[in-house]
Amino acid sequence: MAKFQLSRRKFLTAASLGASGLMLSGCDAFDSHLGMGDGLRSFLEGANDLTHRAQRLLTRDALAPEFSEADIRQPMRPNGVTAPDDATYKALLSNNFADWRLEVTGLVEKPLSLSLDQLHAMPARTQITRHDCVEGWSCIAKWTGTPLSLVLDQAVAKPQARYVVFHCLDTIDRNQSGDVKYYGSIDLIDARHPQTILAYGLNGKPLPVENGAPLRARVERQLGYKMPKYLVKIELVSSFAAMGGGRGGYWEDYGYDWYGGI
Amino acid sequence: MDAAVHDRSPQVEQAPSKGPLVYRQSRWTRLTHWIWAFTLFFMLLSGLQIFNARPQLYIGQESGFSYDNTVFQIGAMNTENGPRGFTRIFGHTFDTTGVLGWSGPPGQERARAFPSWATIPSYYDLGTARVVHFFFAWVLSATLLVWLVAGLLNGHIARDLWPRMKDFRRLPGDIAAHLRLKFHHAREYNALQKLAYGGVLFILLPLVIVTGLAMSPSVDSLLPWLNEVLGGRQTARTIHFTVMVLLVLFFIVHMLMILAAGPINELRSIVTGWYRTDPPGSDGERSP
Repeated sequence: MAKFQLSRRKFLTAASLGASGLMLSGCDAFDSHLGMGDGLRSFLEGANDLTHRAQRLLTRDALAPEFSEADIRQPMRPNGVTAPDDATYKALLSNNFADWRLEVTGLVEKPLSLSLDQLHAMPARTQITRHDCVEGWSCIAKWTGTPLSLVLDQAVAKPQARYVVFHCLDTIDRNQSGDVKYYGSIDLIDARHPQTILAYGLNGKPLPVENGAPLRARVERQLGYKMPKYLVKIELVSSFAAMGGGRGGYWEDYGYDWYGGI
Repeated sequence: MDAAVHDRSPQVEQAPSKGPLVYRQSRWTRLTHWIWAFTLFFMLLSGLQIFNARPQLYIGQESGFSYDNTVFQIGAMNTENGPRGFTRIFGHTFDTTGVLGWSGPPGQERARAFPSWATIPSYYDLGTARVVHFFFAWVLSATLLVWLVAGLLNGHIARDLWPRMKDFRRLPGDIAAHLRLKFHHAREYNALQKLAYGGVLFILLPLVIVTGLAMSPSVDSLLPWLNEVLGGRQTARTIHFTVMVLLVLFFIVHMLMILAAGPINELRSIVTGWYRTDPPGSDGERSP
């Protein structure tokens, strides 16, 4: 009996020591090594390139799952900017986007300026897909729009073009250098993917303001932050290093990975 | 008899209390064990940060905003007594102020699902947490692969982990011994150890990797059946979180068992490979 009691006392002492050890994990110890540009962080970010390459190698032209009408059980959840406060945008909106144009510029043979009617007149694709937000939620909705590949075919990309940069009308941030407009970029593989569309329709109706009217990108094999809303210009570039924070997008400049396939 | 008890009474029976040292853990087991310990620590704390961006778990493909498919939620709400943190599991709400939902230093409490001390980084930063999480996800997966190949080649899996009939026969006795905090020190794992280690290595770790991959929209295009098998992307996320909880429970029990069974000896075996077994003839001895 005595031995058992000794062993139990030892056990309880040890158990409480172990439990207090668990509470000691003060994790601000790592904060200072994980800032943007820090060497350790850059090293860890290398894993995202690995993910990007592995997923490119394996997925190739695979299509994102598409769903049925019965799977649409709720309105599409809007996120980020849902009512742009910019004068330019409000003016365009007041005229129902009749004066809005999508500029296609940069490394293209034939720069374009497309009206909403012109986009409507092009072949359209409708797809019911699941929108996955980087925050963790998902929402299924039906999107209708012009395949980006058709627009790129019209504009004819120059050989040195590597990325498609989406420029937006909405101001998402204000800093010392003025208004920061949302922007983002994808590579030409995703840009030419059959499900990558410039969407003007949502759930059978014109795209509402909160979801990006008049036009937003759908890049179905990546997360929501890779699908900019309120599009005004598409620019083909060989590098986005000189743009914004140099990381290829508004959220990327704040530390999100450029490749949002995971 | 418990070897740890004998260590405390040096004047009697010191010599017979010590059985032979046996080589118990191969270098592959020891190396992968410590890589996982390090990796899972960072994955857990960065994962809790990622969860904080959407501290709600759902069942199905999508998250219900116009309908309710939430099974778990951590949040904050205003009450007559000021803001309170709550945790809601299957509709049952618990006040978890100070830890879950509403936490921080006195006077600086904020709405926050998991508290600052439990996340990497300590401040809210989803992008950085994802960088940390996905780096260690590669390490975790690669280590599991290395362990699997090594364990199959050197016989560790077949010899030490794969349950046999005698393990099932010994299970009731092992449970009884553990409940009395009596631990046998033998080269081979007991039935409960096989169940716990096997469950982590063959079920929990593969499942946490698979459900993690199922959340990737790109992987989903390659393996669309994966989310269907798992019950939808949001169910996969819920399973991912649940496996995390089970791994944390395993860790806690693992630590308690080590402390109870004799931490020096247990640590020696997972650092050097050598393990002090019970003396021959003691009731802890096992036939090989």
